Amino acid sequence: MGKLAAGVTRLFAISILAITLLLVIQLWLHSYEARQKFGLGFLTSTLWNPVTDEFGALPFLYGTVITSFLALLIAVPLGVGAAIFLAELTGPKLSETLTFLVELLAAVPSVIFGLLAIFTLVPFMRNYVQPGLQRVTGGIAIFSGHPYGVGYLTAGVILAVMTFPFIISVSREALLAVPREQREAALAVGATQWEATWDAVIPFARLGIIGSIFLALARALGETMAVTMVIGNNPSIRASLFAPGYTIASVIANEFTEATGDVYLAALVELGLVLFALTIIINGLAQLLIRVTTKR
Amino acid sequence: MSSKMSAKNVSVSYGPFQALHDVTLDFEANKITALIGPSGCGKSTFLRSLNRINETERDTRIEGTITLNGENIFDIDVTEIRRRVGMVFQRPNPFPKSIFDNVAYGPKINGMLTGTTAEEAVESSLRRAALWDEVKDKLHDSAYALSGGQQQRLCIARALAVNPEVLLFDEPCSALDPIATARIEDLLVGLKEHCTMVIVTHNMQQAARVADDTGFFLLGKLIEHDKTDLIFKNPSKRETEDYITGRFG
Amino acid sequence: MTRRAIVNKLMFALCGLAAFLTVSTLFLILAYLVYNGGTSISLDFFTKLPGPSGHPGGMANAILGSAEIIFFAAVIGLPIGFFSGIYLAESADPWLPAIVRYTADLLNGVPSIVIGIVVWTVMVVPLHHFSALAGGVALSLMLIPITARSTERFLLQVPRELREGALALGADKWRTTATVIVPAARRGIVTGMILGIARISGETAPLLFTSLNNEYWSAGFKEPTASLPVMIYTHAVSPYADWHRQAWAAGLVLLGLVLVGNITARMVLTQGAKRS
Repeated sequence: MGKLAAGVTRLFAISILAITLLLVIQLWLHSYEARQKFGLGFLTSTLWNPVTDEFGALPFLYGTVITSFLALLIAVPLGVGAAIFLAELTGPKLSETLTFLVELLAAVPSVIFGLLAIFTLVPFMRNYVQPGLQRVTGGIAIFSGHPYGVGYLTAGVILAVMTFPFIISVSREALLAVPREQREAALAVGATQWEATWDAVIPFARLGIIGSIFLALARALGETMAVTMVIGNNPSIRASLFAPGYTIASVIANEFTEATGDVYLAALVELGLVLFALTIIINGLAQLLIRVTTKR
Repeated sequence: MSSKMSAKNVSVSYGPFQALHDVTLDFEANKITALIGPSGCGKSTFLRSLNRINETERDTRIEGTITLNGENIFDIDVTEIRRRVGMVFQRPNPFPKSIFDNVAYGPKINGMLTGTTAEEAVESSLRRAALWDEVKDKLHDSAYALSGGQQQRLCIARALAVNPEVLLFDEPCSALDPIATARIEDLLVGLKEHCTMVIVTHNMQQAARVADDTGFFLLGKLIEHDKTDLIFKNPSKRETEDYITGRFG
Repeated sequence: MTRRAIVNKLMFALCGLAAFLTVSTLFLILAYLVYNGGTSISLDFFTKLPGPSGHPGGMANAILGSAEIIFFAAVIGLPIGFFSGIYLAESADPWLPAIVRYTADLLNGVPSIVIGIVVWTVMVVPLHHFSALAGGVALSLMLIPITARSTERFLLQVPRELREGALALGADKWRTTATVIVPAARRGIVTGMILGIARISGETAPLLFTSLNNEYWSAGFKEPTASLPVMIYTHAVSPYADWHRQAWAAGLVLLGLVLVGNITARMVLTQGAKRS
């Protein structure tokens, strides 16, 4: 009886391993034609031409990385700052309530962020933020070109809003797990509350905070709908952050059902494989870091 | 004898719970005062009022006056008071930094490194904490590489580095073995020329070994305070005698 | 004030501002969606099929389709997740639990679009049909790790005394799990399941190439099926203003469902905490 129960639950648990393995195998098998035809050149080619059956991943890799980077640039200071506020400055009641609200934000579906972004963020960026940035900076390369509203920067902003809930809730946990004696040790030699937070509490929680950032990064890399709705769908590499671009996830979302021909489909699956590998690595690191801090 | 620090009618409550009732107690300069009593008697609460660190806990209310050299500590900037009244905690709590950075931290943030280098400040503090010889060759190793007793002496060095006038110890040996405990006790006696000390302990032998004066707390009240000899040999209160002879607590 | 005191105040003020900005984003989103969705929603939305531009209908088929897809996802995903969670919390195996736990967290982080591709390869290609069932399978793959990890977490929160009490009476380990531990943790486990369902019900990307979409009532679970998230997407990126209004209405309904799920889950948990 006990043996049977143990065996059955073990079987279910192993199914999780099987599913993950299935993802790897299917992505590998179904990207065969593209891997065969382009080899590693797939990752460095900027060509994306369904008519001539020539496909390269670089514009999408670039778009994915640059939008995620922009997202972190905005989300990390906001998220860590908010986490410090919630962990260090508010009482347990208020902290719990605000954290719950932040977690609700994380529950808002991606497509709804996209819907809001199309009709509010895009015009706002086009009419105010982008012209404003051009005026202030004198139109340097990264802020050059016509402000369309859609593009890398707008995608980065919407990704920031979608990822800071992760940074806030995981960083807050890490900060709360810091022993009180660490904070008091700094206070006891005459540190101000901020100095105690910055010099004693944050260094102690740093692995957890970095873990939360990696977690957010993995989310941003794989985020599909909201980005697809504001990225501009243009498979090229531009220096300007105002330019329309493309990400791995959004090109898959847009072209997969319309892809004709085996190589075209295989190229899209291979993009999926690249995205899978990227997020698995980043997530793997994030989980390790978070585990280390919460165990201590 | 002049008193370095004195508490007058100090009461402390956490929310609705009053942890300390009307305590009046003087600490003589360059002496060690031990605070003893069963757990939950308010001795730690009292100690944590002396450098105002219990203000960091929620809903803490402190009444009465505490003076340092005659000056009310509640009128002095809180970071200033904590620099002048140092504290060593129950469990060793070094920062996850190097030995050097642990000791240099206080002088650095308090802007005390004018005219003296950080190296000099660190060396003199480690010497006073009787740790220099053991760590002088590995100052930049992590503090966590040290043994528990060494870590606690490092924490004492860290506290000494900002030249406190008073040093508070909250059961500093409760996490240490007897040998490490003996070293710390020797150290405390030697530190009397530098500062005034207050030590909370549940170990009566320790109080008897190191303290000049002893105060006995029970249920949030100071029952008795006198020379250590008198407290242990001839207590004037019944409760003190019961506690010391082991009839409760 | 000294420089240090100023830095102290300033930095905490900035942190407070960050918290205010992040939390207020939620209210901004809610307010905007309620305003736009509220003025677009009508009874027709719940009872009619989508119409061409100029003849606005409703999204009745998408509401039903979403329910159908989520039903499949729950039927497949919840039991697998639940029993895996029991394994993670209770098993005495030496290294397998740690590996499964780690893998579950990784699976939970796999981009949902990738799940969509894989389910397309294993269900849509062999069966030659986009289908509600394929959509359900795709969402179930996301539900499994979420349910497993939350079930595990709440089982581990059951006080040790309870466990030892049952074992001391002579019950074997798995009987204790079934009769004492799982019932004691049931509120938490249900909470985790509701949160998981809420999370997958808003997912769009895995449905794009599995259940696809449908302008009409679905002809069956083996046929392409409309869903609210996909409808929001196609209507939002369309050029028609009246379709945009339909997207807002659908957005409001979807977000309402997701938030109600989250708040219900929260209440199930806090009510339980109060009673025990």
